[in-house]
Amino acid sequence: MNRSLKLGAQAVVVAGVLALLALLVWRVAHPQQSNLPELVRSGKKPAAPSFSLPRLDGEGRIELAGLRGKAVVINFWASWCGPCRKEAPRLQAAWARYGPNRLVVLGIDSQDFKGDARKFARKYGLTYPIVHDASGTTYGPYGLTGFPETFFVNRDGKIVGYVSGELSQQDLTENIRRALA
Amino acid sequence: MIRTAALLSVLALAVAAPAAASERHPSLAELEGEVMCPTCHTTLDESNSAIAQQIKAFIRVRIAEGKTKSQIESELVDNFGPSILAAPPKRGWDLLAWVLPLGGLGLGALVLGFLAWRWTRDRDRPGSGGGARLDPELERRLDAELARFDG
Repeated sequence: MNRSLKLGAQAVVVAGVLALLALLVWRVAHPQQSNLPELVRSGKKPAAPSFSLPRLDGEGRIELAGLRGKAVVINFWASWCGPCRKEAPRLQAAWARYGPNRLVVLGIDSQDFKGDARKFARKYGLTYPIVHDASGTTYGPYGLTGFPETFFVNRDGKIVGYVSGELSQQDLTENIRRALA
Repeated sequence: MIRTAALLSVLALAVAAPAAASERHPSLAELEGEVMCPTCHTTLDESNSAIAQQIKAFIRVRIAEGKTKSQIESELVDNFGPSILAAPPKRGWDLLAWVLPLGGLGLGALVLGFLAWRWTRDRDRPGSGGGARLDPELERRLDAELARFDG
């Protein structure tokens, strides 16, 4: 009886250690940070990770899947980010020119106070839809490393362009053309 | 008994009073050590990034407005998500992060206590553990050898 109890306890301990080991292997094999930017840079067209986030103005949510059939410019930004201030007028101009039927410019504000983000949107006259990602749920799936970062999604929901850092007018025009093609 | 109860009450009050004061009147220094900078993944007191400065300014304003620590933390979580807090909240699933280590320690102490108790019990039992009998022939030879040395 005593011996079987001992064996049972040993089996439980070994099973526990094996489970922890399996968890470790799984975590190493499935990193939270995706390599989406690298895939796009290498010419591949990965599917844009889906998300559903609340609008910054508090009126409902926006789902990426709901924009299928239109090209989408996904711009990750924050009000305290310097380059974001410089590129905001260019994004607004693109929205005014192509949106909302052919192309949607979608701002994803993160790591930011919602109040500051609203002030930023007012200051730069941004009328394109903006969502707030409080918990940073899009970080891992999009492989973000900082702000700003911009992804260009075509009508089929595939990412066809990626720009890290401030968007130049040329970057914006070329990538929008690719997304609309 | 009464003395122990009184001592425990005084001890509980000594711990609870500063906690309640800190809840009502939090200080910036205190919150800086308990709130994370979302971009640098350190606490605010170790960061000078733009967002850390903004969060510090926000906390300063809220303290001046007389907000409690919970209210300030709740507003921060609303804007930045739960990971803005250096320690998980003591409710819901996050409570596990607090309970499990203590539970593990308690369980470890119980197991150690049980093993120690069993070990001393086995040792005291005649014919087991420390009281193990030698082979009679070996014992006889040992006695003989010892007698020779004493001799």
